[in-house]
Amino acid sequence: MKAARFDYHRPATRAEALDMLQTLEGAKLLAGGQSLVAMLNMRYAFVDHLIDINRVEGLAGIALGDTIRIGAMTRQRDILESPALKARLPIVAAALNFVGHLHTRNRGTIGGSLGHMDPAAELFGIATLLDATIHVESRRGPRDVAIADYPQGYMTPGLDPDEMIVGVTLAPPAAGHGWSFLEFAQRHGDFAVVAVGTTLAFDSAGKVADARIVLCGMGIAPLRLAEAEALLVGTTAEPEAIAAAAEIAGRQEAMSDALASETYRRHLAGVLTRRALTEARARASHGKVQ
Amino acid sequence: MSAVSIRVTVNGTPFEREVEPRTHLADFLRHDLGLTGTHLGCEHGVCGACSVLVDGRAVRGCLMLAVQADGAEVTTVEGLAQVEQLNPLQEAFREFHALQCGFCTPGMLTTLMQLLEEHPEPSEEMLREELSGNLCRCTGYAGIIRAAMKAAPLLKAQRENAA
Amino acid sequence: MTTRFFGARVQRVEDGALVTGAGRFTDDIKLKETLSAAFVRSPFAHARIVSIDASAAKEMPGVHLVLTAADLPAAWRDKRLPLDVPAPAIRHPLTQFPLAADEVCFCGEAVAVVVADNRALAEDAAEQVMVEYDPLPAVVDCRTALAPDGPLAQTSVADNLAAKWVNEYGDIERAFAGAAHVIAEDYFQHRGTGCPLEPRAVLAQYDRAGDSLTVWSATQAPHGIKRAIVDMFDIADTQVRVIAPDVGGGFGPKLLTYPEEIVIPHCARLIGRPVKWIEDRREHMMSTAQERDQLWSVRMALDADGRILGLRGTLLHDTGAFLPWGIIMPYISATTFPGPYVVPAYRLDTSVVFTNKISTSPMRGAGRPQAVFAVERLLDRAAQVLGLDRAEIRRRNLIPAEAMPYKVGLIYRDGQPLTYDSGDYPQCQQMALDTADWAGFEARRAKARAEGRHLGIGLANYVEGTGLGPFEGATARLLPSGRILLRTGAASQGQGHRTVLAQIAADAFGVAVDEVDVEVGDTASVSVGVGAFASRLMVNAGSAVDTSSQTLALKLRQIAAAVLDAELDDIELSGGVARVMGTQGGQISFREIAKMSSGRPGFSLPRGIEPGLEATSFFAPPQAAYSNGSHVAEVEVDPETGLVKVTRYVVAHDCGRVINPLLVDGQIQGGVAHGIGNAIMERMRYDEAGNPQTTSLADYLLPDAGNVPNVEIVHMESPSPLNPLGVKGAGEGGTIPAAAAIASAIEDALSPFGVKILDAPMLPETIAMLVKNAQAQKDAR
Repeated sequence: MKAARFDYHRPATRAEALDMLQTLEGAKLLAGGQSLVAMLNMRYAFVDHLIDINRVEGLAGIALGDTIRIGAMTRQRDILESPALKARLPIVAAALNFVGHLHTRNRGTIGGSLGHMDPAAELFGIATLLDATIHVESRRGPRDVAIADYPQGYMTPGLDPDEMIVGVTLAPPAAGHGWSFLEFAQRHGDFAVVAVGTTLAFDSAGKVADARIVLCGMGIAPLRLAEAEALLVGTTAEPEAIAAAAEIAGRQEAMSDALASETYRRHLAGVLTRRALTEARARASHGKVQ
Repeated sequence: MSAVSIRVTVNGTPFEREVEPRTHLADFLRHDLGLTGTHLGCEHGVCGACSVLVDGRAVRGCLMLAVQADGAEVTTVEGLAQVEQLNPLQEAFREFHALQCGFCTPGMLTTLMQLLEEHPEPSEEMLREELSGNLCRCTGYAGIIRAAMKAAPLLKAQRENAA
Repeated sequence: MTTRFFGARVQRVEDGALVTGAGRFTDDIKLKETLSAAFVRSPFAHARIVSIDASAAKEMPGVHLVLTAADLPAAWRDKRLPLDVPAPAIRHPLTQFPLAADEVCFCGEAVAVVVADNRALAEDAAEQVMVEYDPLPAVVDCRTALAPDGPLAQTSVADNLAAKWVNEYGDIERAFAGAAHVIAEDYFQHRGTGCPLEPRAVLAQYDRAGDSLTVWSATQAPHGIKRAIVDMFDIADTQVRVIAPDVGGGFGPKLLTYPEEIVIPHCARLIGRPVKWIEDRREHMMSTAQERDQLWSVRMALDADGRILGLRGTLLHDTGAFLPWGIIMPYISATTFPGPYVVPAYRLDTSVVFTNKISTSPMRGAGRPQAVFAVERLLDRAAQVLGLDRAEIRRRNLIPAEAMPYKVGLIYRDGQPLTYDSGDYPQCQQMALDTADWAGFEARRAKARAEGRHLGIGLANYVEGTGLGPFEGATARLLPSGRILLRTGAASQGQGHRTVLAQIAADAFGVAVDEVDVEVGDTASVSVGVGAFASRLMVNAGSAVDTSSQTLALKLRQIAAAVLDAELDDIELSGGVARVMGTQGGQISFREIAKMSSGRPGFSLPRGIEPGLEATSFFAPPQAAYSNGSHVAEVEVDPETGLVKVTRYVVAHDCGRVINPLLVDGQIQGGVAHGIGNAIMERMRYDEAGNPQTTSLADYLLPDAGNVPNVEIVHMESPSPLNPLGVKGAGEGGTIPAAAAIASAIEDALSPFGVKILDAPMLPETIAMLVKNAQAQKDAR
């Protein structure tokens, strides 16, 4: 199980990296490498040129403002361990706690995770839940891609071959929102069979003002449940409303693979959505919920 | 497909070597440097047997290319013991029968070195969750958890003495 | 003899090297100019090989050799690997060829080998070996393998029925005719893999001058490989040495001789340089033997009080594409089914069928987990029908201690009448129940239910034939340094045999454990050997070490008595010296004895003492020694997701006298972990065409630290009368009843839903869907 041959490049600057990406045929970026190197070892992936961006300056870091911007090469571990982020948007750390293990979080990056696009990846799910904007650059200039437009197919991002993800901006719900991230896997750290992330923000009247639900592991990309979200807005997220939202989750399309059948995935989606919404509602700090 | 020259410090010893880009760190340690204590159990990042410390952080040796370790400090299982003296974690592994075939052991030890440094007073539950990235087929984990619990304060004392 | 070490929690002599990275596994052995091999493997479950074009591969950089079946010695054209354990019931004794020539019968079967400067280059070239296949219909499900118009798994034979036989005793018709209750169910067990952390590995070196081969292999049975090499290459025994160095786990599959263990030495011979092949994990999942596919269609007859009158039914065993170990596993299954219970009449019809999957081999438990699952599930169902507690129905049927030794009525795989040698099964079950607080469970369950959680408890008993012969040998020698050297033909894969054998010898010689060196796993050490499987090492090698050590110790005392001019009975061995008891000064060190006896001019050995400070013994047990145990599992089940957490696990265990409790407990804890995997996590999936779907450790789920509780272990010690140490095997008992106990617990946890657990593994999906369907049925009513 050894990788096929490739050439290795290690740019020091963004400009250098983008130059290589534009000029080298059959090139791929190497971020944390926690999926890519495994795929290279197994010869599921073949590249002619690997462009290692681990030493490119200015690609890592977390900036908190009205929105939250995270550099593409920020390690999963550093996102997980950021106290400011945990205070502002606890669901991110909750999701990251499910991502791989100590070793892989030490290396893995948010940009790499988004670039790889495993359908069950928690960070991909979080980006979808939090209406992320993905910032990409190429020699032709910078560009923003809305997360909704990002997935083009199974593990196929909506990027041109010369484009590199440089960061991602997350749009957090209002302060005091309730949240939950639940996933089903038999072992801690495995990719989820199905995961559900949700945030619920209530208005001063105790009604849901902003509901977001994302399902991971169902199809080629995380799935926002617009219909269920709309249904919840204006309710108090009482059990009947939650059950109706869960019912919607349970009839989404899903894939079958070695880990689970389509039927089971749908079933899990319904169960986890109900549980996540219930938990998120309990966590919400304002409004007249009780 | 030219080889790349790298400098890497392993267990305190500097090395300079030419490596093929496709060679992962674990193979480099094993075959180029002869440090065969680092084992390969899956080569796709699940079993954890190849875990080593790179600049103090545990990584999968099979998921990092040797060229990426250029300039780094690497610690392998061979670097854990003082001369002729096992460290407290190694001692505890022996005391609690935390290893049988010993194939997963180097990865368990290196991972625990980072974990126990960051959590000097670990709970069993935390250890079980964090060790989920290191598979053992022989022991059923009980001895490993007991050994880690015993070693945590001893390692802490050792660090404090060294400081 | 004092027993300072026998029975003590002695720390292992193996560990120092293994915790410092100084272990020596096959891939750690560095021989100059070693080349690496990769195999080209079939991507089809069943196909005819139309053509192979290796010309491009041969031209690849760094490539030294590419071989297909056509390039192998002509004598191998029709020569399959040896079938180690033939049996009259086998109809088609098919084993693998070194490389497939005309037909591939499972996905992963080797068709060509590439030898190159390193493994990466070998894989590069292997991709360029062009094989044209003509796919054939595949037999995937053993349940349809005997369909009259179905496809053949092997086109060289007329049907898929590899073997067939009946095990029976008593008047089965009468037992069922007179029964108050008959329980009938079908149970299916799916296959998994042994999955040692170190995959297989072979390194071969050819010495042209001596025309001899040295082969290192990550094997459980170096002597078996040696025999196969001697047979395949048709060379003398003296021309082959097989060494099992440190081996990273075995669990059964590593006891076979595989094609790679023939092909790699052949490559080394052709090239004249060392060649190694290190199996990668995907290859392991596609070519290393697996186990457990069995369908049991069985019935239990009981009287009105819940006493068993008879057991009958059929067992269908899926052997995969070949029969590398004959019918050992299904035979063990068929004779394990009665278990620790009084079963007056018995008939089991066993059929072994070929399918186009990887061959099966014994895997931790070796056919027993399935049999235990079947009888224990039947008893649970009977308890339900009769309204009895599950422990009570077992109590009524367990063989009482006073019936020992107990003849079951069957012939075991060692050819001897199946006779349980010792044990107190009812007492053992009671110990497990007491430790697990079986009686207090309902209170725990009620408390959990009030919190919305579903707890369940389950119980399973087993008896296991261990310590099978035919024999194992050991040599004890006093070295010139005064240290003791033990050599045995057995191999070790992590069990700590060196420590335990050293304990036995240390007691015989009155020295510390670390004064004893132990060599295992080298065919050059002992002329014949069998291997480490079937929990046989302590009974066989342990007894041989005991006898050889006692023999040599006596000789040391005889020499000392002569030198010190004392009576033999007054000489004791202690601390590396032989001394006259009760006097001062009269002693001689082992080192001195060794020096004197090495042929010093002027020193004559006492009359009647032969030269040489060495003793070799072989131990051949008269029959198997039967370990037994009772497991209680407590689980929490999430009925919606189907997730099962084993929250508590108790094992009451009787493996005769315990030499090292630290290690026996480790075997049990590890065995239970394997059993938990078998019960709820590990499933080797194949698609409808027979292609394996779980070929990585991301898809095939081994239990991790979060899946396995600390097992609470209590010991009984019923010494075996069949060997001088009174020991029985302990390597598999942790696994054998685990799936049965956990199934019982899951069913118990789900009792509000009325769900029946009939299969293993019980994956979350299965459980969730069973609950969902049960609820839908309830709602429909």
